Amino acid sequence: MKVQTAKTASWTNAKTRKQEKKWNTANSVYHLMMLPGMIFLLIFSYIPMFGIIMAFQDYIPAKGMLGSEFVGLEHFIYMFQLPDIGQVFRNTMVIAFGKILLGTFGAIIFSILLNEIRLKFLKKSIQTVVYLPHFLSWVVLAAVVVNMFSLDGIVNQILSFFGLENLNFLGSNSLFQPLLIGTDVWKEFGFNSIVYLAAITAVDPGLHEAASIDGANWWKRVWHITLPSMLPIILLLAILSLPNILNAGFDQVYNLYTPMVYETGDILDTYVYRIGLLGREYSFGTAVGIFKSIIGMILIISANEMAKKYTDRKLF
Amino acid sequence: MVESKSISARIGRIVIHTIVITLGLICLLPLWNIVATSFSSSEAVTANAVGLIPVNFTTETYKMIMEDAQFWRSFGISVQRVFLSLIINMVLIVLMAYPLSKSTRVFKGRNIYMNLLIFSMLFSGGMIPTYLVVKNLNLLNTIWSLVLPGAVQVFSVILIMNFFIGVPKSLEEAAIMDGANPLQILVKVFIPISLPALATVALFSIVGNWNDFFSGLIYMTKVSNYPLMTYIQSLSINIEEMLKSGANANSLENMMEVSNKNLNAAKIVVSIIPLLVIYPLLQKYFIHGIVVGSVKE
Repeated sequence: MKVQTAKTASWTNAKTRKQEKKWNTANSVYHLMMLPGMIFLLIFSYIPMFGIIMAFQDYIPAKGMLGSEFVGLEHFIYMFQLPDIGQVFRNTMVIAFGKILLGTFGAIIFSILLNEIRLKFLKKSIQTVVYLPHFLSWVVLAAVVVNMFSLDGIVNQILSFFGLENLNFLGSNSLFQPLLIGTDVWKEFGFNSIVYLAAITAVDPGLHEAASIDGANWWKRVWHITLPSMLPIILLLAILSLPNILNAGFDQVYNLYTPMVYETGDILDTYVYRIGLLGREYSFGTAVGIFKSIIGMILIISANEMAKKYTDRKLF
Repeated sequence: MVESKSISARIGRIVIHTIVITLGLICLLPLWNIVATSFSSSEAVTANAVGLIPVNFTTETYKMIMEDAQFWRSFGISVQRVFLSLIINMVLIVLMAYPLSKSTRVFKGRNIYMNLLIFSMLFSGGMIPTYLVVKNLNLLNTIWSLVLPGAVQVFSVILIMNFFIGVPKSLEEAAIMDGANPLQILVKVFIPISLPALATVALFSIVGNWNDFFSGLIYMTKVSNYPLMTYIQSLSINIEEMLKSGANANSLENMMEVSNKNLNAAKIVVSIIPLLVIYPLLQKYFIHGIVVGSVKE
C-alpha cells in the first residue's frame, strides 16, 4: 500500500495532488453519511440475525440468549416430525404459486384488452379504478372480501338467484385457498398490468399495420406480435417472482382466516406468528423462521443468476 | 385501424369494452358497497338490504366516529408514525444513496456497504428475533417501535442510488470547482434534480406505514397505543362470519358486533380517505417508479 502511494505521488503534479486530497476528505464525509443508516441496519437487521442462535437453544426470556441452554438441532428435528409443518409448507407453496400464476395471466390478459381501448377518458378512468385496490391495506380489503363472500353476502345471493347451493367460502377448507388466490388476483391484476402495458405500447405500430394489410386478424396479431414482444418482460418477472413462493401473504391470510380453515389456510408466516410469538415458543418459531429465510435466500440468489443468464438483467 | 369497418371487428371491439368495463366495476363496486353501508341504518345493514345505494340514509355512524376517542387516538398515532417515518426514511435514503452512487475509486469501502445492504435484503433473522430486539430496547408501546425498525428502506436506497448514478458527472464537477463540499453537492445538486424519484420513494414510505397493521399488533400491548389499521383490524371484522358458521353463536358480544357493521364500514371509509387524497400523486409517481426502478440492466 505504502509503495503504491509513494509511486503515485512521484508522478502526480501539484494540481492532481490537491484533487486527491479533496477526494480523501470526501471519502471520510461519505463514511459519515453512511453511518446513521448503518447503525439502524446493524440494530434492526444484523443483531436479529444473531437471534438465530435461539433456534439452537431452549430460549427462556428471563435467562436471555447467554444463559439459555443449548439443545442443538432439537427444534429442527421436532419441526420435521410435526405433521403440521408439512401441511403448512404445502399450503404456503400452493397459495403462493396460485397467486403468481393466475396473477400473471390476469395482468397479461388485462393489459392486452386495455390497450385496445381507444377512448382516452375511458382508459384513464378504468386504470384509476383497477389500480386502487393495490394501495389499500388487507385490513380494509378483508372487510370488503368478508362482506362479499360471507354466507349472506352478495356472491351467495347471486348463487341463490341462479338456484345454486350457497357456499361457505370463508369457513370451508376446500374453498379457502381459491378465495385467497382469487381475491389477491383481484387486488393486484390492475397494478401488475402496468409493466405489461408499457411493453405493449413500446411495440412499433408499423408491425400491426403491416400484419393487418397482410390479412392478420386481431387474434393473430396478439398471438404473433403482442405476446412475443411481451415475452422478455414476462420471463423476467416470472423468474423474479420465484423467491415469493414462500411468501403467501401474511396480511391477507391473517385478516381472513379463522380456526376453521387452519388446515388449508395456515402458511409459514402465520404459523410462526401463532406458535412462536403468541404461543411464546420463541426457539421453535425462530427455527421455522430460519428454515424459511434460508430457502428464501437460496431462491433469490438462484432467481438473480437465472435473470442474469436469460434476460441480461439482475436484481443486485 | 384498418379493420374497424368490418362487422366482426366491431363486435370484437364491443366485447373487449364490455370485459374491461366489467373488470373496472368488479374493482370499484365492492369498495363502493362499503361506502353505501356506512351511510345506511344498522337495521338495513343487518337485513342485508344495502347494495350500491344507502338504505335509510343516515350520517349517524360518522357522528359516532366523531366522538370515538380511541378512533382518533389511533388516527393520530398513524399520522405521527407516517410523518416520523417519512422524515427518517428520506434523510437516510439520500444520505446513503449519494455515497453509494460513487465508484469504488472515489469512495473506498463502497462495495462493503453495498454488500451489507444487499445481504440484509436476502436474509433476515425473522419475526421473533426482531421482536426481541425491539423489546430489549424498551421500545414496546412507543411510537418508535413503529418507526425505527423500518428506518432504512433498502429497496428505496438502491432505487435512488441508481437514479443518482444517472446524474451527469459534469454537474457535480462544476459544483466541486465552485468549492462545494459533498453535503452541499447532495443538497443543492442531486436532491433538486431527483425530485420525481424521491417523490416515488416518499410515497412508498407513506403508503407502507399507513397500511401496516402488523407492527402495531406485535409491538403494542395496549389497544390505546394501536395505530389506525391495527385498531380497525381489532374490530373483528370476521365476527359475523364466525357467527354464521356456528362458532360462538349465542355470544351477545358477537350480536352487537353485527349491528356495528355500518359503524365499522364508516371507520374503514375514514381510514382510507388520506390515501384517496394523495391518490393522484400515487398514480403518477408509483407507476413511474415501478417502470423505471424495479430492475436494473
